[in-house]
Amino acid sequence: MLAYIGRNLLLRVVLLFIVSVLIHGLIHLAPGEPSAVDPSNPRMKPEDIAKIRAAFHLDDPLYLQYGYWVRDLVQGELKSFKDNQPVLGKIWRRFLNSLPLFICSTLIVWTLAFPVGIQAAIRRGAVFDRSSTFVAYALISFPGFFLSYIAILGVVEIFQVPVIGMRTFGMEGAAGSFRFMDRVWHLVIPSLLAALGGIAVLSRYVRSQMLEVVSQDYVRTARAKGLPNDTVIYRHALRNALIPFITMFGLLIPGLVGGSVIFETIFAWPGLGLLGYEAILSRDFPVILTLNVFGAMLTLIGTLVSDVLYGIADPRIRLE
Amino acid sequence: MNMNAVNSLSPQLDAEKLPPPETPWQEFVRVYKKDRMAIVSSIVLAILVVVGISGKVFTEWVVVFDSEVVRLPDKFLPPLSAPSVDVVPEEDLPILSLYVFGTDELGRDVFARMLQGSFVSLSIGFVAVGISLVVGLFLGGLAGFFGNIKLLKIMTVDTLIMRFTDVMLCIPTFFLILTVVALLPPSIYNIMIVIGLFGWMGTCRFVRAEILALRQQDFVVAAEALGLPKSRIIFRHLIPNAIAPVLVSTTIGVATAILTESALSFLGFGVQPPYATWGNILNDGRGFIFDAPWLFVIPGMAIFVVVLAFNLVGEGLREALNPKLRRR
Repeated sequence: MLAYIGRNLLLRVVLLFIVSVLIHGLIHLAPGEPSAVDPSNPRMKPEDIAKIRAAFHLDDPLYLQYGYWVRDLVQGELKSFKDNQPVLGKIWRRFLNSLPLFICSTLIVWTLAFPVGIQAAIRRGAVFDRSSTFVAYALISFPGFFLSYIAILGVVEIFQVPVIGMRTFGMEGAAGSFRFMDRVWHLVIPSLLAALGGIAVLSRYVRSQMLEVVSQDYVRTARAKGLPNDTVIYRHALRNALIPFITMFGLLIPGLVGGSVIFETIFAWPGLGLLGYEAILSRDFPVILTLNVFGAMLTLIGTLVSDVLYGIADPRIRLE
Repeated sequence: MNMNAVNSLSPQLDAEKLPPPETPWQEFVRVYKKDRMAIVSSIVLAILVVVGISGKVFTEWVVVFDSEVVRLPDKFLPPLSAPSVDVVPEEDLPILSLYVFGTDELGRDVFARMLQGSFVSLSIGFVAVGISLVVGLFLGGLAGFFGNIKLLKIMTVDTLIMRFTDVMLCIPTFFLILTVVALLPPSIYNIMIVIGLFGWMGTCRFVRAEILALRQQDFVVAAEALGLPKSRIIFRHLIPNAIAPVLVSTTIGVATAILTESALSFLGFGVQPPYATWGNILNDGRGFIFDAPWLFVIPGMAIFVVVLAFNLVGEGLREALNPKLRRR
């Protein structure tokens, strides 16, 4: 087991290196430079641009720039082009902001997707199955921001609660309970909207996984023994159907970076996605690059965790 | 269904009286036909293709609906309203003297813009998926069929391709698409290519897995024993059999590409004017959500219906092509 983890860790470090080189090349080869963000500004003289380019090492060859990036990152001195703040500190603060949103939406996804998926599988072909299929596909077919705008309007109109940002501005003096409810409202609406797509996809997965398991011989045996239906479904079938989902814990982690851009932009939630969006707008290469690599790193950790969990949960699979 | 059940239960079960066995295609059609949502969605998609092509024809080649005429006196007219005949020049009037979907902030005909956008949105979906299909089929086929060949004595072709797929899979896709699209000069072709180039990994894995499984099967072994050329084995025997799961992911891929384009438009990196896409009409409309809700609702619902139709067709195909599920 330890040998397996060690070998995979090594493999993943190599993968991460390749990914970072790839992304670095992609970002630097594409036209559009930090010095060209504001070409119409009359105060930007050619010598200023040259100074900026020199300060950011933009005139050095690519491999040197990559070297600088790695050196600064390892020493923790990587600075943003935009405001000269340390990149790691920025990402860490935004990461802490993204975390509650991520946890909340993940909880919503898991608590709703499982019952729906299981029921749909048990009643395959019945009204519940067909309508939940339809609703699931309907949910992933809306452009995310379309639904969000409608939800924002609805919540503001009906409940008179503002939901943009992480908290309402100017509530600092209010009583604790008001402040708490304010935070909850601001957290729940974006999490719910970010969760909708996940509910749809995961409930479909649960359904197909359950269908697979329900037709197995041991389920038939359990029924033949005369066990009550609930015992068969929840003790014999569900436990086996759950195994693949243990692994999904690992695969959820990367959603922290990639999945949140749209929703964090809509709800002005100062998390990783919004940080990435702002960095892209200002051509802030160190932040873009570090965020992408950070996302890739999360994915790699996630897949490793899920592989290991799989080995622990399913004795038929041996990690070697 | 009922007839079949009666047949199989009836006592005279001679082989002669049974209907000839179904071909896989007939079986597919029979199962697919039972899925009413998929049938309705297929009809929607057929209509959509007609709309998309007529969008190209009637807004660009034979200009019946002009999407670019600005009529400032007629701005923000709700759907089904008539133009102000006395102010707007006669040659600028919409056809039938009616704004079917209303007008936007510049008095442009939303119906004409939606019609034009339908072609652009659809072609983004199809071209992007086409690109990822070609890349995925090629790499997946290569890994599946020529996977054993060693490269430079260190790794096999299969290892190389699958590790590369892993690399691509572990990059947060949407964020990278966003990065690349934002850095490249804004162009509709760049968007198609970028969406396509970041979406082939699923296809590649499917194709490889299918081909690896198929190569063990007797008919492929027989074809190899007969000495058929490799190209014939690949294109006549392997690819047609491996195509089913790819077809499903392709259908759903078109839906994803249309949604990705609308998300890019929302962030301001989508297709730039003068091209109208449903994504950027929707994005323009959100500024006027109170004054002119139709500018937001019409493109939003159009995207919704089309993406839903693609998804449901994909689901129908998946059910109909899955031998495990259909024989019950």
